[in-house]
Amino acid sequence: MSAPIQLRPDETFILNVGPQHPATHGVLRVKMEMDGEYIVKAETVLGYVHRMHEKMGENRTYAQYLPNLSRLDYLGALGYTHGHVLAIERAAGIEVPERAEYIRAITVELNRVASHLFWFGAFVMDLGGFSPLMYAIQDREHILDMLEAVTGARLTYCYYRFGGLYNDVDDDFIEAAKRFIPRMRKSLKKYAALVTGNIIFQKRLEGIAPVSAEMCRKYGATGPVARGSGINFDVRKNEPYSVYPEFDFDVPVYHECDSMARYKVRMDEMEQSLRIIEQGLEKLPSGPIMTEKKPKNIKLPVGDFYQAVETARGSFGIRIVSDGDKNAYRLKLRSPTYSNMHLFDEACEGMLIMDALAFMGSLDLVIPEMDR
Amino acid sequence: MGGYFSDIFNGSKSLLIGMGITFREFFKPTVTVQYPYQTLKMSARFRGHIELIADEEGNPKCVACGMCQRACPSGCISLDSVSVDIEVDGKVKKKKVLSKYDLDFTKCSLCGQCVENCNFGAIDFSKEYNLASTRKEDFHFNLLKRLEERNA
Repeated sequence: MSAPIQLRPDETFILNVGPQHPATHGVLRVKMEMDGEYIVKAETVLGYVHRMHEKMGENRTYAQYLPNLSRLDYLGALGYTHGHVLAIERAAGIEVPERAEYIRAITVELNRVASHLFWFGAFVMDLGGFSPLMYAIQDREHILDMLEAVTGARLTYCYYRFGGLYNDVDDDFIEAAKRFIPRMRKSLKKYAALVTGNIIFQKRLEGIAPVSAEMCRKYGATGPVARGSGINFDVRKNEPYSVYPEFDFDVPVYHECDSMARYKVRMDEMEQSLRIIEQGLEKLPSGPIMTEKKPKNIKLPVGDFYQAVETARGSFGIRIVSDGDKNAYRLKLRSPTYSNMHLFDEACEGMLIMDALAFMGSLDLVIPEMDR
Repeated sequence: MGGYFSDIFNGSKSLLIGMGITFREFFKPTVTVQYPYQTLKMSARFRGHIELIADEEGNPKCVACGMCQRACPSGCISLDSVSVDIEVDGKVKKKKVLSKYDLDFTKCSLCGQCVENCNFGAIDFSKEYNLASTRKEDFHFNLLKRLEERNA
């Protein structure tokens, strides 16, 4: 029998995580240079689900591009379609009825809760707990049923139109949303006792994977990742759009910079979203849901237009350069997870591999959204 | 030293609280639907693939204007029409009649642009969702034939 291979003390090896790996939640490949269990250097490789959405925006009319936006982030799709319609409406000068804007805000916030719920379940499953995923999916199911009854789809919505909505919400939806809020609040208490208070969960997240505010600024990280590092930035507050100035809500910010801070930001955001939905249902005005003065074929004036919105994952920006034609000359999508993910390479140097995978979960990555 | 023991105590307590929650969940009613033995009713606005709508006489309402074809982002609708002589009040008139309406469901993204752009209310979403197949041809629908089959 031969002797076992002896590694030199300074020898490293390459570990390939993905492109098909349960911990990456999609086709993301991470090339890690390992020294035992410690990461020396990590390199993320993307492009496995690239679908040329930006190019498609250039050779389709604006209305034909509507379904594409919900294929970016399949967990929080309404936020992305909201950004698109807002950009076009502002550029073309289309007025939106107030009722339509309220319904948009309510459905976007419901979608944000659904997205955070799924993230919560998947994140805890990354750390080895299975039951919370099932509970989270059960709560999310109520939201998807509500949205399905209104929009006709469960994930890839195509609900917003330039100047309004596809169809109006009915009393059933309003009743269901009113019933949902107290039930969700009860569930959030359950999650706090079951997961947030859990000693194993705390020990695996507290003080792990520090991401400084400078690093967030360097890579352009937004959303819960930046807010977990003490940056108080939320597009809904800083550059208000839609009817968000009418709502009273807080932006949760934590200064610990660790994985636990990012977790807590999202859990608090769900509560804030419920507050917005509650106020929105109370204030919901009656009236039309579609503007009457809407051109049949939308052509934007020559120019450069940008609109940012706060989606479940961070700040999503859409930039449209128009040459006056009925489709865009150039369309650029700034997706939040693309920026959020890029700090992974730098932040996980010297980290244990299981901490790095927990850290990746706390970034809330949706791969089709960053590849586009 | 005190911190060490309180850590153990609080940690064990948190685990017991968690176990209590999962134990209570154990006795809650089952919400899972055993598909395909049980199915759910689709909501009224569910968007399935499109279907032609017939008028009172059973003919398609479609006038073959081609608005749906032009509005479709993915180009999955292809339709054709023939000119037919019909008699209205003793005079012979030419009328466009739909002769072909094919839907390539493999490309469709169910956005609803076709239904929205139809000025005659001639197409609507079906409630069908059991469409799994391993053959591509099963997703090429001849909607005119489907309408005739429904009429028969």
